[in-house]
Amino acid sequence: MTTERTGTRRAVDIVVRSVLPVVFALIVGGIILLALGKNPLKYYGDIVVNGVLGGNLQNSLVMMTPLLLMAIALIVVFRGQLWNLGYDGQYLLGAVFVGGLAPQLIPKIGLGPSYIALIVLSIAVAAAWTLVPAWLKARFGTNEIITTLVMSSIGVGGTGLLIEYLFQDPAQRTPQTRTMNTADMLPYIPGTKVHVGFIVAIVAAVVFQFILSRTSFGLRLDIFGVNPKAARHVGINSRTMTIVLFLISGGLIGLAAALDVMGQWGYVRNNWNPAYGDTIMPFVFLARLSPVGSIPFVLFYSIFATGGTVASIDSGLSTDFNMVIVALILVFMTITEYVGSKRELGQSYLPDELRDAVRRPFAALTGRSAQA
Amino acid sequence: MSSSTGVVALKGITKAFPGVVANDNISLDIHSGQVHCLLGENGAGKSTLISILAGLQLPDAGTIEIDGTPVVIGSPKTAVKHGIGVVHQHSTLVPSLTVLENLMLGETGLRLQEKRARARLEELSGLLGASIDPRLLASDLGLGQQQQVEIAKAMWAGSRLLILDEPTSMLTPSAIENLAESIDRLKHQGLAVVFITHKLREAHQMGDCVTVLRSGRKVGFLSPEQMSGFTEEQAQAEILRAMFGDDLSAAGGLDEAADLAGASEATREVAAIDIDEHPVILELDGVTSSGRTMDVMVHDVSLQLHQGEILGVAGIDGHGQTGLAEVVAGQRAATQGAVRFDGADITKLGVRERQELGARYVTDDRLHEGTVGNLSVALNLVLKRIGKPPFWRFGQINRSAVNAEARRLIDQYTIRTPSPATRAAALSGGNIQKILLARELGDGARVLVVNKPTYGLDLKTVRLVHELLRSFAARGGAVLLISTEMDEIVELSHRVSVISKGRIVGHVDNNGSGTAEKVGQLMIGGGNDD
Repeated sequence: MTTERTGTRRAVDIVVRSVLPVVFALIVGGIILLALGKNPLKYYGDIVVNGVLGGNLQNSLVMMTPLLLMAIALIVVFRGQLWNLGYDGQYLLGAVFVGGLAPQLIPKIGLGPSYIALIVLSIAVAAAWTLVPAWLKARFGTNEIITTLVMSSIGVGGTGLLIEYLFQDPAQRTPQTRTMNTADMLPYIPGTKVHVGFIVAIVAAVVFQFILSRTSFGLRLDIFGVNPKAARHVGINSRTMTIVLFLISGGLIGLAAALDVMGQWGYVRNNWNPAYGDTIMPFVFLARLSPVGSIPFVLFYSIFATGGTVASIDSGLSTDFNMVIVALILVFMTITEYVGSKRELGQSYLPDELRDAVRRPFAALTGRSAQA
Repeated sequence: MSSSTGVVALKGITKAFPGVVANDNISLDIHSGQVHCLLGENGAGKSTLISILAGLQLPDAGTIEIDGTPVVIGSPKTAVKHGIGVVHQHSTLVPSLTVLENLMLGETGLRLQEKRARARLEELSGLLGASIDPRLLASDLGLGQQQQVEIAKAMWAGSRLLILDEPTSMLTPSAIENLAESIDRLKHQGLAVVFITHKLREAHQMGDCVTVLRSGRKVGFLSPEQMSGFTEEQAQAEILRAMFGDDLSAAGGLDEAADLAGASEATREVAAIDIDEHPVILELDGVTSSGRTMDVMVHDVSLQLHQGEILGVAGIDGHGQTGLAEVVAGQRAATQGAVRFDGADITKLGVRERQELGARYVTDDRLHEGTVGNLSVALNLVLKRIGKPPFWRFGQINRSAVNAEARRLIDQYTIRTPSPATRAAALSGGNIQKILLARELGDGARVLVVNKPTYGLDLKTVRLVHELLRSFAARGGAVLLISTEMDEIVELSHRVSVISKGRIVGHVDNNGSGTAEKVGQLMIGGGNDD
């Protein structure tokens, strides 16, 4: 059947469009490395060695936990065409409450109840931090990009204040929270050194995939995202939807923060900002805003970042070189999307007049009319 | 002005879009001092041809020659340079600017030369036989005046060819006469005019020669000699045969086709009903809507819609029709007054509750509001029943139930789609409109609000839509028919209310002749007061 054939063609198309930018970015990154006098093959080889081999994959999976949750958090709001860019503030506020309270709470109420209480608290704090932008957007249509960014800055600053005045570890001179006992941190998945938060992240990806693709809420969300006029027409309450989406997004970011602090770091230091959202953003789009689809991309980046940190130190580069690769992926993603959508529309890849300007000299040479 | 021998010639123009050849090897000569009518159904390729002439699109093949010299019109700027001016179907005036400011929008140069602009406007006003106050805000102009300004704008930089894209679709009968006069003046000034329409009687009335397009091909041409040689009936039959081709019998024979193509004055075509015997089902009582800033709000509207009745709401586009429809559908809140359904107050109910009660709304923006283009036809058909059994159980979609319902509706309404899983955006306008009607008319519909239900549709679909509305009313449903097509209002309505600037300015009982003129008078009268 024709629809089936076009179906598989579209699937191939999606894979090609998702993988190509990564490949191109690695090639151009290699050229840059060559220009800097480094051996790109050795560099990329180092990444594989330090990110995958000899148990290093487990480090990558630990890193993947907050990144995947952050990715889902962004996917949910982005699908509704709402741009929650306040992830840093939301993450750090959730994190600082967990880091600040965990060492004192655990001896009092025990491990299990503490985990649950802290996760709920972190979710609540991060979600609450999205309320102001969400309400402004829902009520007045205020641009949420600006309000979330502003709220994020306030949140980041507030984190410092909270550490200084509330959660400061008296035993330390640097501004940071108390540190959790290693034994009190989230348990490992048996037989590994990966904490159970990883499973939570994977389950969350599957659950949200189901919600987005198979439930009435997911369909309403998609209609709301791609076509607000139609959403109003079929009776979807845009105010409620806006607020709900922001709360879900913030909540997932809070979950990421709680699992990350209790599973990996054990404390929160002032002026610390992992900026997970910034790094994960291009991959969210490469995955076409699909939670499960984002898993391989997040895994790729986690390996790349884990191995890349060591590789860049080994070859005497700044660790920021990884961000160069991420930026290159973004650039090539834009190009592939442009070319792809032009091809879908059956249009020329060049703007008409430019194409004409290019054609005319050739046409003159071959003696044909430019219009033919 | 160009010399009287000036000819703009299109030679073998071909333009294809994915899946459709919009223009297939079209050749025509446009002579100065002539009104060249371009006639054809929606989708026949008229608009594409115009956008090629206006420099909005380049043809895939073919050339344009002006006075015998081949030219490439690669941008609207080039088109203006060659003296080609276009008056588009929809107003392109900026409402918050004055007439003069609107006219000077396209000017280049560092300083605004207001004095020169005034002189040019005066010159053009003389040419058009219209008087336009340059200081008026564009939003305060009546529709006929707006069009005069649009024409002046198209001719601003000096013109040899004026293209009018369906200029009469929203005009009152008397405004159409004014327009015809203006066109006549321009013609005698030696200007070439291309007049696009889908109404036969206008083609006959205003055109010196007629080109008929069908499915992207030029299927008929009546030269000026033929036009003057034929009697009106002969010309009509000739044009109709070209317009419909083999479909002539499908359209219901020559007479029916003539009717569809607007060859004659419209008359009422619904069976008369005794309004008093039918209970009121929908009542608006002094309703004022809340509006966003640029929208026209509804002020103090009172209407009664009886069962089995089609109530036409006539008015110039953008005079609160959408607001009225949305207030009934529940998409817009009423700040004052009450909306009653079966005697019960539903003012506070939302879209979904009213949908359940049986109040349905077919929006005029069928592409961007009525359907979600990226979703399948099947999902679009159940768009207003999201989350409801049997299509959703415990929040989870039941695809087989959705598909079964979709297949049923696709069969019943003869929606032409490759499969229920096809993206709605891939369908033609007519089939998208059928999706909307299928969705709104099914499952306990009692009141149907339709907003410009046949706008931009091909004639066969127009016929089908009219048939659906009539039979819905005959079964006891009530229809609020909001339309800017006078013919449609006259053919379908039992009674007509006229809306202007968000207010109902009068009612006309649609019995006997002269309804169009009465309605037209109300539209103009309502436009001047306030």
